[in-house]
Amino acid sequence: MSRSFLGWPAFPEAAAREVGNRQLRENVRRATHTIRGKRAVLAAERPDWEQLRDSAAAIKDRVLAGLEGYLLQVEEKVTAAGGTVHWARDAAEANRIVTDLVRATGEREIVKVKSMLTEEIGLDAALEAAGINARETDLAATIVQLGDDLPSHVVVPALHRNRSEIRDIFAREMGRHGRPAPEGLTDDPAELAEAARLHLREKFLGAKVAVSGANFVVAETGTLVVVESEGNGRMCLTLADTLISVVGIEKTVPRWQDLEVLLQLLARNATGERMAPYTSTWTGTVDGDGPRDFHLVLVDNGRTRALADPVGRQALRCIRCGACMNTCPVYERTGGHAYGSVYPGPIGAILNPLLRGLDDPQTASLPYASTLCGACNEVCPVRIRFTDVLLDLRAQVADGGRHPVERVALNTVGAAMQRPLLWKAAVKGAGLLGPLLPARTPVPGWTDNRALPDVPGESFRTWWKRNEGERA
Amino acid sequence: MTAAAREEILRRIRAAAVPPAPEPPRHYLRHAPGTDPDDRPGTLALFAERLAEYGARVLRATDPGPAVARALHEEGARSLVVPDGLPADWTADWDGEVRADRPPLGKAELDATDAVLTSCAAAVADSGTLVLDGGPAQGRRAVTLLPDLHVCVVRAEQVHSALSGALAVLDPARPLTFVSGPSATADIEMIRVKGVHGPRRLVVVLLEAPSG
Ligand code: SF4
Repeated sequence: MSRSFLGWPAFPEAAAREVGNRQLRENVRRATHTIRGKRAVLAAERPDWEQLRDSAAAIKDRVLAGLEGYLLQVEEKVTAAGGTVHWARDAAEANRIVTDLVRATGEREIVKVKSMLTEEIGLDAALEAAGINARETDLAATIVQLGDDLPSHVVVPALHRNRSEIRDIFAREMGRHGRPAPEGLTDDPAELAEAARLHLREKFLGAKVAVSGANFVVAETGTLVVVESEGNGRMCLTLADTLISVVGIEKTVPRWQDLEVLLQLLARNATGERMAPYTSTWTGTVDGDGPRDFHLVLVDNGRTRALADPVGRQALRCIRCGACMNTCPVYERTGGHAYGSVYPGPIGAILNPLLRGLDDPQTASLPYASTLCGACNEVCPVRIRFTDVLLDLRAQVADGGRHPVERVALNTVGAAMQRPLLWKAAVKGAGLLGPLLPARTPVPGWTDNRALPDVPGESFRTWWKRNEGERA
Repeated sequence: MTAAAREEILRRIRAAAVPPAPEPPRHYLRHAPGTDPDDRPGTLALFAERLAEYGARVLRATDPGPAVARALHEEGARSLVVPDGLPADWTADWDGEVRADRPPLGKAELDATDAVLTSCAAAVADSGTLVLDGGPAQGRRAVTLLPDLHVCVVRAEQVHSALSGALAVLDPARPLTFVSGPSATADIEMIRVKGVHGPRRLVVVLLEAPSG
């Protein structure tokens, strides 16, 4: 049975568990620092970097402002090009639609292109319950699936695993799901990639049904866009007879030419490349080339809830490049699982509460999973103002009266204080955290020469009202 | 049911009452940074450099036949699939087995073929990208996916400085594949490994008009 984040503990508790795992911290640190370095070089290469970000943010705002019209355009264009469009209000509805479509083909095993949305809605588990085996084909997603694990990063879901862990998973699990790993497999990354190639080749050649997400859907043309590196995406999108793409409604972009902005930002931010090795685009179906049947499932699952939040709706601009998590001092210490969602890091801290509401302790704890240092604001290609949204969500938690903000904040800080590394991360550059800190306290392991900020003699709630409340 | 879902989602979007947003600013470069887009030799040199950077081989030629033969020979290919519309002289100098994709070859046959030779619809210097659109001499997508070696002939005039220029001439109604170097992954400790599923070797024959 596939694991899920269902019933995951609130951030402080989950984080406390994760920061105790030295191997995990080491893996996450190494990976995030590597991508950060590559990204920095390629962002610096563009003298117009800030202009690209301006455009990208404005393009996505344009989408959000005109979403109804753009979605209707997508529906019209995809239908005209031979595709079928379905609408799903929530995860259960989306899973039902996909399950019914797969059932209608009579297939028992299908292949998948990595998609965070299908992870979000728990599609693999829903298919499994219907007796359908959905095989992941992206290398990182394969590692997660074979290891009966959960994704911890939006671009590199197995970022928390190192090569020897991956070797063990492959050697142990591949044979149970198809072609076994070669005898004497070592932990050399090239050998591990080769093992994945061989394991998945027979699945690609035999697959009749594929499921994908999409990075973008162009409204004016009805074109879907999938960006990937390995060619597993091309295999799924090309070789299956039936293709089912499950896409969040916010993935729309107005114009074809908008891709010149978004594709260039995405690759540079996500993997430190000018373009990812493969970008596939398709519009409906084409005679004699690729799937004969194409279904697009447009999914809400909380996106309209986020859209209704005047401050938070900017989180829907996200193009899932992962840069915010790669740069986040909290993520670096806790890894992705602590956030209890397929969307970890700074985007997870705001998107999950916006999608699901603040009614449960897990989502209500996420706006506090931040030092407010603002590093994410600086790297986000669509200029999401994380700190604004975090503060606004904290205010909502407070005003909702569901979770007294002082208590939640103190619990978060208290849990962190017991763990010097997390604490150090939390205070680093945390000028804005002042209002949330309990008292001036000597911190073990504190090597920075900055003092903790003084704590004002008022609660966050009254501070917020005094500073921000008047504006509303 | 999906009709009810559609109405409900559209209603929720209207209820969110998002204020109008202005037309996006577009003050970014439409050509490769640090280059003069009118400098054709410079643009071609950049294209070759970027391809090589991501692990593709580049052969510059004025006569396609010998260059294609050399690429196939040096990569050790014995069999080659060619799509409809490929100029006959491109394979004239090669002595290996040529398989036409007509009638369409099965997946297993394609998988058992060493190489594929195509043209492209456009190319991008800045990112070392070539774009296939399934047009003449390019073939359907499976043909350029299953053989392990892809040899692509790019005519010099097809090379745009940056993505903007290529997008402007491409037809989104066709299935497009943008290829920037051979298949790769960095999923294991962020170490770049060349070659997973897609063609693991990419050779670009950059075709320029003979001078004079
Ligand atoms: S929020 Fe911004 S930085 Fe983070 S994944 Fe999304 S687009 Fe990238």
